[in-house]
Amino acid sequence: MNNFDYQQASDVAGTIKLACDNSQAKFIAGGTNLLDLWKYNLVHPSLLIDINHLSELSEIRGRSDGGLRLGAAVRNADTAYHPSVETRYPLLSRAILAGASAQIRNMASNGGNLLQRTRCYYFYDHQVPCNKRNPGSGCPAKEGYNRMHAILGASEDCIAVFPSDMCVALAALEATVNIVCKAGKRTLAFADFHRLPGDRPDLDNHLKPDELITSIDLPEKGFPLNYSYLKLRDRHSYAFALVSVATALELEGDIITEARIALGGVAHKPWRSAEAEEFLRGKPANKENFSTAAEIILKGAKGYGYNDFKIKLAKNAVVRNGMMALNPASQLPGAQPSA
Amino acid sequence: MQTEPQKSRQGTSDTRSITFRINGEDRNIVIRPWVSLLDCLRDHLDLTGTKKGCDHGQCGACTVICDGKRVLSCLTLAVMKDGAEITTIEGIANGNELHPLQQAFIDHDAFQCGYCTPGQICSAIGLLKEGKANTREEVKELMSGNLCRCGANVGIIDAVMQVKNGGSYE
Repeated sequence: MNNFDYQQASDVAGTIKLACDNSQAKFIAGGTNLLDLWKYNLVHPSLLIDINHLSELSEIRGRSDGGLRLGAAVRNADTAYHPSVETRYPLLSRAILAGASAQIRNMASNGGNLLQRTRCYYFYDHQVPCNKRNPGSGCPAKEGYNRMHAILGASEDCIAVFPSDMCVALAALEATVNIVCKAGKRTLAFADFHRLPGDRPDLDNHLKPDELITSIDLPEKGFPLNYSYLKLRDRHSYAFALVSVATALELEGDIITEARIALGGVAHKPWRSAEAEEFLRGKPANKENFSTAAEIILKGAKGYGYNDFKIKLAKNAVVRNGMMALNPASQLPGAQPSA
Repeated sequence: MQTEPQKSRQGTSDTRSITFRINGEDRNIVIRPWVSLLDCLRDHLDLTGTKKGCDHGQCGACTVICDGKRVLSCLTLAVMKDGAEITTIEGIANGNELHPLQQAFIDHDAFQCGYCTPGQICSAIGLLKEGKANTREEVKELMSGNLCRCGANVGIIDAVMQVKNGGSYE
């Protein structure tokens, strides 16, 4: 652990300037991941810039286009329990509440949730190589104990998974991420925010070091009637997903008019398949069709030994969660499978 | 975790003067930016009721109430809480009268070694204040951030349910 300086900025422009002037600076909001990484000697900030006092990052408000803006510094719990999120985007609320613990959700910020790093144990262990921690050093997870690792979108260099629950729902809801930097502002579609590891597994996403997430926008369509978040893990609660599924459906009678299915715990980013979602459009919402969709989603999935089971688990989870989305009231606390 | 800093000391080591209101009392303290709220409480303010378990946000032993919310003091920088109102296990009893959760933990044998107990009780205070848990299953889910390695979990949930159903707590 290195020592660091600490400053607060009173506005976004001042915050960006501080970051640009200090190449080893990091923004801090909740700190739940950053300080943990710091204690593990995985980040060495020279300066922490506290963004909790920036009012434009600290609110949830409706947008003129009918959507909802989630401030980047708003806490995960305050987001999950916000009346507009609970009623209009219950899938997001469910996903957030399936993650971490109540204490961590009270602390962790929305922007920070997007930026949390993998929980691959080889990444945390300085005694072994890791391409994400030390590019070019190797990936022992591929031949190691890889029970939690990726089955989709992995590379020769990295089979780590992105651990967020919240982001799985944000991917399904097609949120957008608002970013500021010295040059101005930009917005990324959620699917374009995180990246697959390729030959640069050290990069989790497309955010640059001096860029700041200011908010996350949810589009008007929130799928409040037919949705489900299912999280499967080794412990009943307070554990990262082996596989999670966010399903959002629009139905006319029992015919699916729109389907969104995003998987967590299986890849370096939340995983969606346009082909599977297109397949479901116009079809009855039943086990057979969800099963075909699951086969499409898991096409090309590859296990590394200890995680082979995740391919079948993910397929079954897609089917089960599709059926649970038909009756959201059946969902249990902690995104457990219903009976 | 290595005990020596891996990198040379970066940044400046300026100390900061901050003020908390802890258990109803204003405390001013001069502290370095990297000191966690947990270390601040235990090592600088002699409030050792709050326990250091994993120091990584995985066990919940360090849970305190900060501005009305249960948080992990090990993953909180003290310097970020200037002006905050903090309640620790030392501040929940009313003089010699135990807090209802303290009494309920005794009634239900909700501990063995007792190391997780301050965090469990502070977490339960937060849980009851949040008001999101109605059923026993929901209480279990929303208390999952506090681990008990002695296995007193059934007693812990019994104790929380007793106070929740009794309805008398701060």
